[in-house]
Amino acid sequence: MSTRSEAIGKPSTSRRTKDTSFRVALLACVGISVLLLGVLLVDIVSDGAARLNLDFITSFSSISADQSGIQAALWGTIWIMGVCAIFIVPVGVATAIYLEEYADATRWYNRLIEVNIQNLAAVPSIVYGILGLAFLVRGPLSLGPVVLAGGLTLALLVLPVVIIAGREAIRAVPPSIREGSMALGATQWQTIWKQVLPAAIPGVATGVILALSRAIGETAPLIVVGAATFIAFNPDGLGADFTAMPIQIFDWISRPSNDVNDYRPLAAAGILLLMILLLAMNSVAIWLRNRYEQKW
Amino acid sequence: MPERVTEPQDKREPETERGLSQRIGVRSDAASSGAPALDGAPRAKRQAREAIFTLEEVQVSYGPKPAVRGVSFDIGMHEITALIGPSGCGKSTLIRVLNRMNDLIPGARVEGKVFYHGQDLYGSDVDAVEVRKRIGMVFQKPNPFPKSIYDNIAFGPRVLSMKGDMDEIVERALQQGALWEEVKDRLKTNAFGMSGGQQQRLCIARCLAVSPDVILMDEPCSALDPISTGKIEDLMMELKQQYSIVIVTHNMQQAARVSDKTAFFTVELDDEEHRSGRVVEFDDTDKIFTNPSDSRTEAYVTGKVG
Repeated sequence: MSTRSEAIGKPSTSRRTKDTSFRVALLACVGISVLLLGVLLVDIVSDGAARLNLDFITSFSSISADQSGIQAALWGTIWIMGVCAIFIVPVGVATAIYLEEYADATRWYNRLIEVNIQNLAAVPSIVYGILGLAFLVRGPLSLGPVVLAGGLTLALLVLPVVIIAGREAIRAVPPSIREGSMALGATQWQTIWKQVLPAAIPGVATGVILALSRAIGETAPLIVVGAATFIAFNPDGLGADFTAMPIQIFDWISRPSNDVNDYRPLAAAGILLLMILLLAMNSVAIWLRNRYEQKW
Repeated sequence: MPERVTEPQDKREPETERGLSQRIGVRSDAASSGAPALDGAPRAKRQAREAIFTLEEVQVSYGPKPAVRGVSFDIGMHEITALIGPSGCGKSTLIRVLNRMNDLIPGARVEGKVFYHGQDLYGSDVDAVEVRKRIGMVFQKPNPFPKSIYDNIAFGPRVLSMKGDMDEIVERALQQGALWEEVKDRLKTNAFGMSGGQQQRLCIARCLAVSPDVILMDEPCSALDPISTGKIEDLMMELKQQYSIVIVTHNMQQAARVSDKTAFFTVELDDEEHRSGRVVEFDDTDKIFTNPSDSRTEAYVTGKVG
């Protein structure tokens, strides 16, 4: 034991070396992932930026690469995202309310639901595609490979995400607000509808947007469901055939390119457009969260 | 109302084995005989009929063991009743029995009898939501809703579909809550921008807006500075004219200053080291603080333990 009066020493050189090298190692890991992303981005921009213009957005798919555009796929994506949003908001929020406000967590069936939702969020998307094919496109509902089937399939896929985000938003509303409301003679439903939900809306909205931004890039389930790859018209309803942006991109990439018809710039431009949409959606989510989030 | 209040008294009379509340009844009659009641009738005569709550052997458990047990006393109308005692003695648990807030806690169990104006509060035909309309509550930490000052007050009347002009209801409640002058020019601003003391008075005003019969206050000043506390105590003295108030407080001086009756709780350990609260003494506040019957009360109020 050293005496108390001894001065507190500097850290040893070996400890400082360890500290520094660990920091450098972490930084290197960050660098690798950022670098990879950067290379991808630069590559895509250099390939596709020239094709990303108004003509690209307003033209339909064509055999001729020069005349091809993404309009049908863009509208297809908007349609299925719309269907998806209309389905996941009420169902997701209602489930979140049930699990947070009503469900008795000590009951085995509520715990089972909870565990299942957590697991469903991790199920590969193609499984949802198969589910959609078996139950929506064919089987009991037999909708055919249409907008409604595509939208609902993606809704099933991202529903767990919405439920989990919704539960977190509802849980973030402090119990004292519920108590304050109940103590005034409000019923549980009035308390949820007029106090808890309004306070949770920013969190719920953020969750919904993030869920949609996951759905917008999904390709596999839509391929399984049977989205068309070559369509020269916009969907005109829930029962219309459709294609979506990731599918269109996939189609362009998989076509053989030659000097006459080079589809690769088209694919790159499609990816750019998809990324712009994604970025816009995530920006809205971040803005919503910062603007309306309640500090308790 | 009077015909309903007679009921618990009738029930009470034959049960002589419950010595505590019996003695209390007699003692309080004699002690407060000088104080005039609202309608001018001598208090002593009305006292025995004026219980708003009658508690009989109330016991609350959150698990297998009771958190507070054996509570029997009457809470008088237009009085301030203080519940004091060390932490963990079950005062907050007990006050939540009175407006059935414990219903919201899974696993909470209330045994014994609680009569409110003679009606069994835990009877099978009693709607807990209806109970909370009449028995308002103010909490330890101010809990304004994340809305405007106006909407905080208007929330209660709106969900209860109260008739009348909402602006008037809001103004009246804020005036009763001694807050009107401070906030009348910023009714539409968010309540979170108010000071802690103002927030707590807002919570009191919010509770008054639904015209309750009783106001329960669970350590309403514990998060406030002395000036805000003084304002709330003044407010309580005002409100006593129209409402019955039950207050849980850690601050003995506060109990001594504002309350008419005081119940002193203590924590008891059973053989298995389980803590549960119990009422040691219930009496006029003056008596509790100057001449308590029980040595434990005396030790606590004089600061020897605590």
